Amino acid sequence: MSRTTVTHAEAGRLPIAAGQISRLAQSLMAMALGLFIVGVVGFSDIDVVHNAAHDVRHSNAFPCH
Amino acid sequence: MSTFRSIVFSSVVAGFVVGAMVTVIQQFGTVPLILKAEVFEKAARPHRSEAAAAATQETVAAHDHAEHEHAAETWEPRDGLERNAYTAAANVLTAIGFALLLAAFFALRSGNAGSRVSWHEGLMWGLAGFSVFAIAPGLGLPPELPGVPAAPLLSRQIWWVVAAVATAGGLGLIFFRRSVPASIAGLILIMLPHLIGAPELEHVETNVPTSLSHQFVVAVTLTNLIFWSMLGGLTGVAFAHFDRDTSHANAT
Repeated sequence: MSRTTVTHAEAGRLPIAAGQISRLAQSLMAMALGLFIVGVVGFSDIDVVHNAAHDVRHSNAFPCH
Repeated sequence: MSTFRSIVFSSVVAGFVVGAMVTVIQQFGTVPLILKAEVFEKAARPHRSEAAAAATQETVAAHDHAEHEHAAETWEPRDGLERNAYTAAANVLTAIGFALLLAAFFALRSGNAGSRVSWHEGLMWGLAGFSVFAIAPGLGLPPELPGVPAAPLLSRQIWWVVAAVATAGGLGLIFFRRSVPASIAGLILIMLPHLIGAPELEHVETNVPTSLSHQFVVAVTLTNLIFWSMLGGLTGVAFAHFDRDTSHANAT
């Protein structure tokens, strides 16, 4: 019983800690999404994507073939 | 998912504004130079000697755009409005992608410090993005015009990513660790990809004038400076706005 009891101070900290972990996870998800978008527009090898984003790749100094 | 939603909303808003503005700026800066270079690129193709063409094929992933050799096979936007529309869309997407990175960092920063990111802090992060994604890769692989041969694409893409990651890591060590050994390690990390060296060709044969290439480097760098400054500042303001809204909603 005493092992599972949480003190007031701990209980006060828990939601904050959980909230921060969730914030970290959501931030990492957003970063992954952002890198994916930049990767497709700037680095994808697909010809159609290359042709559509051609001027942007040159203007952003992404390597372009 | 309130944090994720705030990040996405602020990135989409900032991405649309910055993507649209940069598209306009590019029409005066980089795009006219690309179009000029394409004239040289097209002029060079029929006159290229067989020997030069063979040498190019051996050593070079030449700057062959699909439009020249696969016109019938691969779709490409028509010059003019259609081409510029796709450029605008790609600019907006790129801006949203980079804004997602920035806003995610803002979420972590404001979460840890318990304070909001100001436009000024956003601008500082934008300048960090400029260093990581424009200056560092551009130092080894200067912005290139169509018609200028370059080393094989994949090797350049790998080096570009390595330079960006190393610079981001190095700046992180310097700014967040705040110790002498970490700062020295950070500086070494930033320099490392340049000491290894970017992939390049031994012989570059092009009829694109050097002055045009130089103008292009300046135009690309300045455009990127504006892009990152605006993206940093606007994403900072937008994220502070949406994040405040969601924290209000959670509280009530």
